[in-house]
Amino acid sequence: MSRPAGELPVWVDVLLIPLLNIGLAFLVSGMVIVAIGENPLEAVRLMVYGAFGYDEAIGYTLYYTTNFIFTGLAVAVAFHAGLFNIGGEGQAYIGGLGLGLVCLATDQTLPFTVILPLMILFSALFGMLWALVPGYLQAYRGSHVVITTIMFNFIASALMVYLMVNVLIEPGNMSPESRSFAESAWIPSLHGLLAMTGIAVTPSPANVALLWALICCIFVWLFIWHSRWGYAIRTVGANESAARYAGINNRRVVVLTMCLSGALAGFVALNEIGGVHHRLLLNFTAGYGFTGIAVSLMGRNHPVGIVLASLLFGALYQGGAELAFEVPTITRDLVVVIQGLVILFSGALAYMLRPLFERIWLRLSLPEAVATDA
Amino acid sequence: MLDTLTMIVSILDSMLRLSTPLVLAALAGLYAERSGVIDIGLEGKMLGSAFAAAAAAAITGSAWVGLAVGVAVGVALALLHGFACITHRGNQVVSGVAINILVAGLTVTLGIAWFAQGGQTPALPIQARFPALTWPGAEALGQVPVLGIVYRDLISGHSLLVYLAYAAVPFTWWVLYRTRFGLRLRAVGENPAAVDTAGLSVTLLRYQAMLCCGVLCGIAGSYLSTAQNAGFVRDMTAGQGYIALAAMIFGKWRPYPTLYACLLFGFLDAVSVRLQGVILPGFGEVPVQLIQGLPYVLTVILLAGFIGKAVAPRAGGVPYVKDR
Repeated sequence: MSRPAGELPVWVDVLLIPLLNIGLAFLVSGMVIVAIGENPLEAVRLMVYGAFGYDEAIGYTLYYTTNFIFTGLAVAVAFHAGLFNIGGEGQAYIGGLGLGLVCLATDQTLPFTVILPLMILFSALFGMLWALVPGYLQAYRGSHVVITTIMFNFIASALMVYLMVNVLIEPGNMSPESRSFAESAWIPSLHGLLAMTGIAVTPSPANVALLWALICCIFVWLFIWHSRWGYAIRTVGANESAARYAGINNRRVVVLTMCLSGALAGFVALNEIGGVHHRLLLNFTAGYGFTGIAVSLMGRNHPVGIVLASLLFGALYQGGAELAFEVPTITRDLVVVIQGLVILFSGALAYMLRPLFERIWLRLSLPEAVATDA
Repeated sequence: MLDTLTMIVSILDSMLRLSTPLVLAALAGLYAERSGVIDIGLEGKMLGSAFAAAAAAAITGSAWVGLAVGVAVGVALALLHGFACITHRGNQVVSGVAINILVAGLTVTLGIAWFAQGGQTPALPIQARFPALTWPGAEALGQVPVLGIVYRDLISGHSLLVYLAYAAVPFTWWVLYRTRFGLRLRAVGENPAAVDTAGLSVTLLRYQAMLCCGVLCGIAGSYLSTAQNAGFVRDMTAGQGYIALAAMIFGKWRPYPTLYACLLFGFLDAVSVRLQGVILPGFGEVPVQLIQGLPYVLTVILLAGFIGKAVAPRAGGVPYVKDR
């Protein structure tokens, strides 16, 4: 089957243009570094070393990566149904509440093997709940999921401050934090597991939640591309009225998608609360929910792309921390700049380069088309 | 009696001050969304303008230069949003999020590089800020009970930008409902194809709307850093852009209802500060977080159609593609 003259081949659309967009984002980031009087190449060198140069750094990179896989998947799943879930931040926060409550309730009595499934269940359940309401309101009451999830982020933050300050605070503690969980509710660290097999690595926050994140990737891939529900989700995302005519219940699909998305975001709590902090505290989500948007856009909503993009952002976060340590004029806010630029170029300006390539391609393929016609 | 009056006046006074950036930003959102461009990026534009205004005022020592630079940055960010969503038909929500995140990082990064104060700008001296204006006879009339006190403490004594913000409401109403530009603006947000058929440029109209949006966000940001506060601190908008967005929705995309929503949210803010740690008889300590979360909860309830129906401009969020 021949393509009409001027239509871009697939590899330009799915590989070349996205890579160029990311390249542009990094180019502008480099210009920002130049503008504040530092050397961008030196910054890249410090960041790469800070992210991958030694075993502790790799551990930290993987720990950040874990968060981004969860939030990236959460945004991506919603994108497939044409929904934009900006609420990953709040869903992760409330997921943490669920996980924290179940740990505080059971850590004295139950063994780890029982608590771990409970932790997974409750972080998912609470995250799901926080996405269910916006999903339901979009599907049945016509309010837009973008606005409601933004509002729910703020409601989550107000709720958590209230609960932490007034209810869950450890008596006698000055800062609003719950008591630490007993060790039976700690998610094992990767360095601990490796030590059991006889490999000694420097302790880092990377923990078994990373493996759960990878399992979620496989699950999302199977669900979205190889299940009936996934097909319904993609159909609704591609063409809502076609989905309706095909007999798909759009409303139920919207609610289901948001639930799944919220559950995935809620898993951030496994890594942060269950794996690292071992107690409930304020603001542990630290913007990871928003980074998920960049990760999902960069990974083109596919689990493989999301893992790669998460690794990149994990490296940026960890490398950025090292860079901030080495260069006093740079802080980790530079990573936030890069994140914003990635969302701008590979999200909002995703089609910017397309007309240019269409023109180039047309010029290249036109003589050929004329030749075959003759 | 007099104490109650003083307290009420002081709460209303801080309500006016706290609502000012909300009013400006909400009107900014109104222009954008009425033209069919959804603008999540109010927060980012305000933050960027606040930083630019404080930085310029700190260097030049003039609040007016600060305002000009703040507005310029607001407009530049609004045009960037337009460039992505109008020219390149990008996703409007994604673009808004990008601007918010970009600005949150960039203001601190540049702030540290330029001023080396942990992302803050130097504290502005009184000459480099917008001073409070005392209205004629305010002191003399202030001796008159009730009305005099209201005149002295509530009506007089705000900075120029506060009066500008509240004057912008009737002005926006006039522009939207009484001018040719306003009619076209509303039309392009409802049915761009019809506007196009009438021979007008959808692109140009939407860019003009973004221009208005940028100017108002610029004033809002400048107000935050050069009038309400004396300088920029990181994340100083602290979600006010989103509250403004909520107020605009709460006001159902109309100027006056939007003003009332802003005043309501400003009032809640003013009250919640004063209720910190206050114990109401029979109720216990007032949960301040509940009051702070109220604007968001109310907006969700409104959007769900439980308090009347908020209908967004029909073409909002949809890039216009001219038929070939």
